[in-house]
Amino acid sequence: MATIDQVDVKDGVDQDTVDAVAALSGTYKYGWETEIEMDYAPKGVNTDIVKLISSKNEEPQWMTDWRLDAFARWEKLEEPTWAMVNYPDIDFQDIYYYARPKSMEVKPKSLDEVDPKLLATYAKLGIPLKEQAILAGVEGADMPPAEGRKVAVDAVFDSVSVGTTFQAELKKAGVIFCSISEAIREYPDLVKKYLGTVVPASDNFYATLNSAVFSDGSFVYIPPGVRCPMELSTYFRINAENTGQFERTLIIADKGSYVSYLEGCTAPKRDVAQLHAAVVEIIIEEDAEVKYSTVQNWYPGDENGNGGIYNFVTKRADCRGARSKVSWTQVETGSAVTWKYPSCILRGDDSQGEFYSIAIANNMQQADTGTKMIHLGKRTKSRIVSKGISAGKAQNTYRGLVSMHPKAKESRNYTQCDSLLIGSSCGAHTVPYIEVKNNSSRVEHEATTSKVDDDQLFYCRSRGMDEEEAVALVVNGFIKEVLQELPMEFAMEAQALVAISLEGSVG
Amino acid sequence: MALAKLKADTTEARLSGLTVPAGFDAARKDALLRVVTMGLPSRRDEYWKYTDPTTLTAADAVAATVLEIDEPLLFGAVDQIKVVFVDGVFDAAASDDLTQEGLEIARLSDIADTDIHWAKDFYGTLETRGQNPVYRPLATLNTAFATDGIVIRATAKVKKPVSLVYLHKDDTSDVMLHSLVRVEAGAEVTVLENGPAAARFNSVLEVDVADGGAFHHVRAQGRDHERRAVTHCFARIGCESLFKSFTLTVNGRLTRNECIIEMLGDDAVAHVAGACVGDGDDFHHDDTVFITHDALNGESRQVFKKVLRNGAVGVFQGKILVKEGAQKTDGYQISQSLLLDGDSQFLAKPELEIYADDVACSHGSTSGAIDEDALFYLQSRGVSRQAGTDLLTLAFLAEALDEIGDDALADDLRDRLESWLARRS
Repeated sequence: MATIDQVDVKDGVDQDTVDAVAALSGTYKYGWETEIEMDYAPKGVNTDIVKLISSKNEEPQWMTDWRLDAFARWEKLEEPTWAMVNYPDIDFQDIYYYARPKSMEVKPKSLDEVDPKLLATYAKLGIPLKEQAILAGVEGADMPPAEGRKVAVDAVFDSVSVGTTFQAELKKAGVIFCSISEAIREYPDLVKKYLGTVVPASDNFYATLNSAVFSDGSFVYIPPGVRCPMELSTYFRINAENTGQFERTLIIADKGSYVSYLEGCTAPKRDVAQLHAAVVEIIIEEDAEVKYSTVQNWYPGDENGNGGIYNFVTKRADCRGARSKVSWTQVETGSAVTWKYPSCILRGDDSQGEFYSIAIANNMQQADTGTKMIHLGKRTKSRIVSKGISAGKAQNTYRGLVSMHPKAKESRNYTQCDSLLIGSSCGAHTVPYIEVKNNSSRVEHEATTSKVDDDQLFYCRSRGMDEEEAVALVVNGFIKEVLQELPMEFAMEAQALVAISLEGSVG
Repeated sequence: MALAKLKADTTEARLSGLTVPAGFDAARKDALLRVVTMGLPSRRDEYWKYTDPTTLTAADAVAATVLEIDEPLLFGAVDQIKVVFVDGVFDAAASDDLTQEGLEIARLSDIADTDIHWAKDFYGTLETRGQNPVYRPLATLNTAFATDGIVIRATAKVKKPVSLVYLHKDDTSDVMLHSLVRVEAGAEVTVLENGPAAARFNSVLEVDVADGGAFHHVRAQGRDHERRAVTHCFARIGCESLFKSFTLTVNGRLTRNECIIEMLGDDAVAHVAGACVGDGDDFHHDDTVFITHDALNGESRQVFKKVLRNGAVGVFQGKILVKEGAQKTDGYQISQSLLLDGDSQFLAKPELEIYADDVACSHGSTSGAIDEDALFYLQSRGVSRQAGTDLLTLAFLAEALDEIGDDALADDLRDRLESWLARRS
């Protein structure tokens, strides 16, 4: 892999930042492959494949019909081209839409029955599928479970979920956490009530394709008034070659509940690009709160742009109830091409949406990512903090929408997006859309790091710091504030990110 | 595809009523071919997402009642070379003598017949360059069909501004004017534009500024409430050159002002600013700016302020493109709106596209109501609520007006704004 530490960087970008970006994106640690016997559905997508996926998951007829309807729509749609990304045409008929380890043919009844090879895969990734306190690799992992923090994991391997931990303990609290295929069988009423209500089957090209062919994913239901007793997480692994992963996540936080949800993903190094088109839907009722954190680390391709994952994802949260809250935090370091806009529909009065993002693109990576904040309810608030870092020949685009509808009186938005370029062959772009349709709302968008708070600077200067030191302190303090949004489980990534300074960044 | 068909039909309908004027034959023929290939814009084009171009592309202009107002011409007190167009037709009697030391001024239609003239090769050049990466077909339509305009070449620093006065006297006039400005090395010229021009006005201004040259542009778009206008200013500027443009828009049903600047020489400076005051739910104003930095050490500023009330809509689409190698670029962009009531709208798309690592580019965009605290303070000092609102509104617009280099011109515009605010119904 090419590293970026020999690159001439302009004055003001400190070497620690360059090193940290290199460490985060320079060498890909998860590029190995698990040799395991797989069952594939025939290549390509058609109504038979859609029906096959549905029958493999033992789905009821309404679900099959829903998929077929989505497939019929998808056939009429055209692939979107508006994003600032370039990639060769995808042959949607040259992809396996369903790949399952042979050992998963009969669903294991418990984690003990899961193929050891699969368990070993996750152990190697630092996600052991046992009911241990916290994830390996995090400081304090050797503490006894009673004192550690617990994290329930749903592990998705290619097209299927191989196991979910802590299900029994969660059930005691009333929390449902399982694979979505299981939810469709076990909790059809809940799924039927909520599936497709945030991201409809007709939403966009990739979401519609996902609606037709999604094979698995995670399902979460937090009953009213329940604070989920542990963090929930899903770990996605693409292993099989020429396979697309289409997972679907549905999270429902009923009135007054709270959950923190983590998502991680990796894939082996391959010369041929692979498609990942996921849909995440979150429904948040009155007074409920959902925190959704992602560290996206799909294989980014090599330095010449061969291989890598095309990550075309639709994520959306619907704050339906009053005073509901959603917070998206994402660290995007992987994928050859990213097309991802986690969004918030702030429908309930006084609801809140937050989006914190750090996107790091190196070599030939292209990232077009951002958020949409759609303010519908009164006194709704949103905050967007986005940091884009480009190195090598990468292109990094922030694309976002802030929309204040006429009825969203007294709403508030604050957006800040900063970009940093390391080397002279990369690009950083900002494409915000701002639509304000009432005058009691305030919208502020800024994209500059020179706008460090003057009072804070003045205070630091009055204590004897020189200007550079003062700026560094204030800027680092600000970044840490964003990183604090990342849950403990991402402590390792967060530590690496802290070394990144946005000094010398451009707007 | 349905969109392609729609565009082809619109274009065909628009072209059917037009005849290509004489002169600039090659450029006009080329433009005609290009406009047919591109097709006229539709609301479904991303570049027209926030503004509906239907009335600008329709075969016939919608009639616009001439506003009879009795107020002196803007910039009237300034010593100037006045060039008057009435509904797009040059009015020799009302215009001044066009001879001026340091300037060559001619009518576009006059040089059409001459064999040798610098403008012959220049006509349409910058408009053509400005079609990448987004099409601006209404400008191309203008290149093909513009009936007149003014051609200015500055060879020295000239203080006296060339003042283009566009009068509107015919309810149904549909006018296309195309003007050219060439500022030679080290020269300087100021061009003023003022007036509603026509019921429907399509204007193109191509400005070529050589090394060390300076171009100043101050424009006021008249108060005729029903007029519609689309204007394009294409500029190419050289080393250590200066380009400054300011536009004040008051009323008008639909105004789209595009400004496309290529900074090709090192150490160049480009400032584009605009202030707009809009009243009523049939007011729609759109500022679209595209600045390309393609040289070292360039400085660009975009300052746009909009005051909107009674359902008026303001649009800002601004872009700074910093090409690879355009190091030490300093790009600044601010777009702000003041919404005086709950019905008005502000739609903005402030973009940055940066391919060089040693640059400082920033953009900001805000929208909100009058600051109640500031208003309360003024009221506590005995200023009425209305007067306080006016004061804060003028203060809000001041940053854009400050971009005008010439104090006399700026004061004239400030006075006009105050009287507009006082005339509220």
